[in-house]
Amino acid sequence: MSWRRFLRRDWWDRERANEIESYLEIETAGNIARGMTAAEAASAARRKFGNPSLIREEIYRMNTVFWLESLLQDVRYGARLLLANPGFALVAILSLALGIGANTAIFQLLDAVRLRSLPLRNPQELAEVKIVGGNGGMGVNGPYGELTRPIWEELHRSHPGFSGVFAWSKDQAVVGEGSDFQLANAIIVSGDFFRVLGVSPWRGRLTGPDDEHACPETTAVVSEAYWQSKLGGRPINAGTKLLINGELKQIVGVTPPSFFGLVVGERFDIALPFCRPQQQLSRNLFDVTVMGRLQPGWSLQRASARLAAISPGIMAATETTGYDPGTIKRYRNFLLGALPASSGVSHLRDAYDSSLRLLLGITGLVLLIACANLANLMLARAGTREREIAVRLALGAGRIRLLRQLLVESCLLAAIGAALGFGLAELLSRVLISSLSTENNLVTLPVAADARVLLFTACVAVFTCIVFGVVPALCASGADPVTAMKAGGRSTAAGRERFSFQRAIVVMQVSISLVLLVGALLFVRSFYNLMTVDSGLRKDGITVAYIGFQKSNVPREHLEEFKRELLEDVRSVPGILDAATTTMVPLLGGSWSHRITVGPLVGDSKFTWVSPDYFQTMGVPLLAGRAFNQKDTGTSQRVAIVNQTFVRQFLKGTNPLGRTMRTHAEPNYPSTVYEIVGVIPDTKYDCLRCDTPPMAFAPALQFPAPVPWTEIIIHSNEPSAVVIDSIKHRIAAKHPEIIAEFRVFGTQIRDELVPERLMAMLSGFFGVLAALLGMVGLYGVISYTVARRRSEIGIRVALGANRGQVVAMVMREAGVLLVIGVAIGTMLSLAAGRGANSLLFELKSYDPLTLAAAAGLLFVIGALAGFLPARRASKLDPMDALRCE
Amino acid sequence: MLILQTLALGPAHGHTIAHVIGLRSEDVLQVEHGSLYPALHRLEDRSWIASFWGTSENNRKARYYRLTQAGRRQLGVETSRWERVVRAVNQVLRPAEE
Repeated sequence: MSWRRFLRRDWWDRERANEIESYLEIETAGNIARGMTAAEAASAARRKFGNPSLIREEIYRMNTVFWLESLLQDVRYGARLLLANPGFALVAILSLALGIGANTAIFQLLDAVRLRSLPLRNPQELAEVKIVGGNGGMGVNGPYGELTRPIWEELHRSHPGFSGVFAWSKDQAVVGEGSDFQLANAIIVSGDFFRVLGVSPWRGRLTGPDDEHACPETTAVVSEAYWQSKLGGRPINAGTKLLINGELKQIVGVTPPSFFGLVVGERFDIALPFCRPQQQLSRNLFDVTVMGRLQPGWSLQRASARLAAISPGIMAATETTGYDPGTIKRYRNFLLGALPASSGVSHLRDAYDSSLRLLLGITGLVLLIACANLANLMLARAGTREREIAVRLALGAGRIRLLRQLLVESCLLAAIGAALGFGLAELLSRVLISSLSTENNLVTLPVAADARVLLFTACVAVFTCIVFGVVPALCASGADPVTAMKAGGRSTAAGRERFSFQRAIVVMQVSISLVLLVGALLFVRSFYNLMTVDSGLRKDGITVAYIGFQKSNVPREHLEEFKRELLEDVRSVPGILDAATTTMVPLLGGSWSHRITVGPLVGDSKFTWVSPDYFQTMGVPLLAGRAFNQKDTGTSQRVAIVNQTFVRQFLKGTNPLGRTMRTHAEPNYPSTVYEIVGVIPDTKYDCLRCDTPPMAFAPALQFPAPVPWTEIIIHSNEPSAVVIDSIKHRIAAKHPEIIAEFRVFGTQIRDELVPERLMAMLSGFFGVLAALLGMVGLYGVISYTVARRRSEIGIRVALGANRGQVVAMVMREAGVLLVIGVAIGTMLSLAAGRGANSLLFELKSYDPLTLAAAAGLLFVIGALAGFLPARRASKLDPMDALRCE
Repeated sequence: MLILQTLALGPAHGHTIAHVIGLRSEDVLQVEHGSLYPALHRLEDRSWIASFWGTSENNRKARYYRLTQAGRRQLGVETSRWERVVRAVNQVLRPAEE
């Protein structure tokens, strides 16, 4: 068939009509010429011609595609019906748009975080080389760092199974100088990074192997976004330079806008090439990620097998010294393997994967409840349209045709709902992503409405259409015309069947609402627990300063002394109550542990080197022994303060004071014996939800590996902004070259809870929405019962039933539905809850209080939903009701 | 085929075609003139004939049809096929005469 013909069928129809007209005119004129009267001539011409309408219809049919034409008719009819009933249409479309929009938004996020491939050429060829099972916390680990630079150099030489390999690491770059520096997201890349990834320059050139030379690096590449915002989009030439990490770098080019790096959820600003430092590359700094493109015909398994085969050689060549024999043996046994890397890397995956999947399930259930409401509405409508349908059946309409027409109507609703929902999803996912971002961690996810998302929405729409359209349509088209016509406006036998189906829908709605309400309460309570959990640390009035003095050129042996002076400067600022340096700020991520031997026991303990006032600053009391003091210096006996978990785990609860522990040797951290001089209570270490590990603290002056940066914890009653400002000024006055960055401890801790907050907010919202939708369903069905039993209630009232009895009768009906729904819902919640356990904090998914609260809440709103129609029933005037019969 | 043959003589409008077929076949092939039009539509759809609005002999607007190149070829194909059929039927009916 030809579309042109189909689309021009109306035009052809007019043409042919004109043509027939002209035939008739000619024939009539001929007839008149033969001597007939005008009227005779015209009718003779018609006789000769036949039936013009029939001829036209025949031609029209030739032009059209029959099923398409009738489908269009159905759509037009459906649209007319919807317009005739705008209230129904609005409710239906809005609830569908909300349901579909929420589903699509969550899916979009999941797609962006988890499923989507990097916007690169042939991303499926990309693989990452990792130590199988990780490095077990050995050495120092950078963000997304998997391997050391020496291991990378070995891989670069051999790269088995790869057509090209590259390495990169993530870092922060300081752009600018002194107090008006800015932090930028930097990636440090090997020479082949851009070539192997297949990124072509947007402006200028991208760095290549020639840029990888002895330190310091002299060239850099910026991202398109950074180029636009920070360089004003100016042309790249020899004069384009930026002060990065204190040195002027030549900006040689710009990457295209689609390339954000390899970390999903972040956009890099600056890419610096690897450089070779004067001294040897660190062999225990696991800070690079190695990736490559597989050679054609090589699978991940084959590449992994080859990598495993050459691993012993690589490990032997890159072996690090200064560890205890056990660790060295472990290092030698590391096996390398190739893993898929087509969708890049992202810490968002660990943080949000299970939450997003759960949310997708929740929104799916909400949509199901909304669909159930629509199905109920459709059923009720089918009841009122019973006569219309009966008439059409009686006039000879086929049941299939009728079924199709009813389905077209619901699909029309679903399609409009989906289109609106799709638009809504764009908005929702943007809001969601911005709620993931915190002050210091900007999440940039490219949420694009790609084919996968569109397909998802389409599937959801078809699914909803089937769920809420098919059963009512089947019911309606199954009606027996004779009974329906006879019954007139009253209920029929078929109606009872349909009605029990409606009850089943409501029971399902109630049970699903309960599940979602339980989920919502669980997540909200879990979040509340996290917000109020006692970390054992002071939260209010604490400011953290990250201070870098690489530019101060302090000799290594004076670094700790310099830090002490810096701390004194900070402490002398008015308004500051206490301040202390530390090597690790608790609760903000990160971890620092050493392997230790205590008597016969060997294990891992967290280690932190702090200045004497640390415990006082953080509000941690000393349970036994003494605090650190000025006499604990680099030359005195090494001492440590441990926490209660440490005492339980390593000393089995015996008196720890005076006992010793020995750390195992690590590069820069020789084996050392510490005497335990004090005990503190258990405080949280790296995260609020984690259990407290064994912890040990040692005096800052005894820190074995001084570095030119430090973290200072400041306690003050002044507002943090004031504190930060005065400290900045104090430091800048004395050491203008120092780079200082500040964080408010309380805000940071809250920001760490963003995933939990998101989960609590969204599940709470959807839980309430589900409960409301479910109750609307209950209300609808009870109202419908009351309407149907109008005459019965009328008779009862006429026979002397009082209002209370009528209300009780209707409420009993609602109560039965509620009880069955809640019972089923409780079982479902218990079954579904197991999946959520890992996301909950100090709460079990079978928490009876939560279950009871959710059920109670449902009963209260359910009673309200039942009471409204019950009251209406009790106010029924028996005369009115009976006269209607 | 009959329509194509009629148009082979020159462009004509629907009324003429109907009459010409009627006259030529000596009124053996009497059809309702209206049923001609769907046939014309089909032929035009297959691009065997083309149409244009013109003025009839007695100054009336009428739709004229003319044969296209494709139509002329089709006429040849149809005619020879028809002749083959006629020959075959004749042979069956009067085998002795051959």
